[in-house]
Amino acid sequence: MVIAVASGKGGTGKTTIAVSLAQFLIEQADLPVLISDADVEAPNAHLFVKPQFSEEKEVNLFVPQVDQDLCSACGTCVDVCQFNAILLLQDKPKVFPSLCHGCGSCTRQCPEGAIEEIPRVIGRLDRGLSPGELHLRQGTLNEGEPLAVPVIAALKKWQYDLAPGVEIVDSPPGASCPVVEAVRGADFVLLVTEPTPFGLHDLKQALQVTRELGLQAGVIINRVGLGQEDIRGFCQDNGVPILIEIPLERKIGEGLARGQGLLEIDPGYRAKFAALWEQIQAAGMGVAS
Amino acid sequence: MKIAVSANSGNPEAPFSARFGRCRCFMVADPDLEDWQEVENPALDAQGGAGTQVVQHLANLGVEAVVSGRYGPNAFEALQAAGIGAYLADSGSPRQLIADCQAGRLTTASGPTGRGFHGGQGKGWGGRSRGGRGQGRQGQGDQW
Repeated sequence: MVIAVASGKGGTGKTTIAVSLAQFLIEQADLPVLISDADVEAPNAHLFVKPQFSEEKEVNLFVPQVDQDLCSACGTCVDVCQFNAILLLQDKPKVFPSLCHGCGSCTRQCPEGAIEEIPRVIGRLDRGLSPGELHLRQGTLNEGEPLAVPVIAALKKWQYDLAPGVEIVDSPPGASCPVVEAVRGADFVLLVTEPTPFGLHDLKQALQVTRELGLQAGVIINRVGLGQEDIRGFCQDNGVPILIEIPLERKIGEGLARGQGLLEIDPGYRAKFAALWEQIQAAGMGVAS
Repeated sequence: MKIAVSANSGNPEAPFSARFGRCRCFMVADPDLEDWQEVENPALDAQGGAGTQVVQHLANLGVEAVVSGRYGPNAFEALQAAGIGAYLADSGSPRQLIADCQAGRLTTASGPTGRGFHGGQGKGWGGRSRGGRGQGRQGQGDQW
């Protein structure tokens, strides 16, 4: 089973939820758990999980390289490129690798077969196991690189031999392509929000993404008491279940600052996560399996 | 020689635009012929690669020199590859700037003068742009 944790707004507690749910499933449900940290611009689940990274891999984007001898300067590659990454100037093709999205259109369309694709490193993947038997893999986008999606896609494709268990995908914030790539294929999406105008606004966007993708979703309201926005009313109106509410409490903030999960901070969260896990499983029964 | 000036409107007497890749249009003229042409910027709404798209367009039109306020790293590299002269100006109308250019009163850009909006070659507006969206800085006048 794959559970994605997304939010819209950044800083609502996605990683807190991902790590706490993982700890619950290992301790209470005795399931092998893999966290895939797909927030590739700032992967920081490892700060909670503290794994021993044992394997790494480069993420490449394949960018065109033109054989000038074969090129007939027809300009087909310029026409098919949606990203203005290849130009034909003074009858010579010129590639701008930093603009290339690696789609491969120019290579396939070139009538002379003059284009080959060469790898350009844009990020890396790491994985390992924590002392608490939690598996973690993460993607990291190199500084200054604009394309998160290929790194997230490579992370999700990286074969991981985990006995039937649960994968928790820690999504980046937002509601655009990287989020779509992160949550795509999930059996259930946990949307973490807070009762502020920003939390509600971005929750609407994130929920829309899950609806477009046909994914089941539930909401976790973090920092209840922080703002006045009616998240409960919004969820009710839209038929989305609220799975956990986490009050704004000093001890939670202090515990998180020490790198603890919710279950360590307050054992009372075991029952809350048990209820959440039951609801996710029940929702899973509803889908064709 | 065809010269293109980045502009905000089709009026050759109006102030030019200091932006290259994201200006509204180009005023293209052959100073000897007094033949003004308003060329829409095809990259105005491009998500990325506005500078390179503009250079390709101007090169196809046979432009041999451009006048603008600054050039991003990709635009500059493309202009060099195209053999198009990149001239710098602070202010002025397209008519005046083309006269200045022809009279040799403008300096050429010796390297990228903008920080670049995409692709991490400059010091990076694009670096942490979520989802790789263009950071067009539209609506902020010509400061950027």
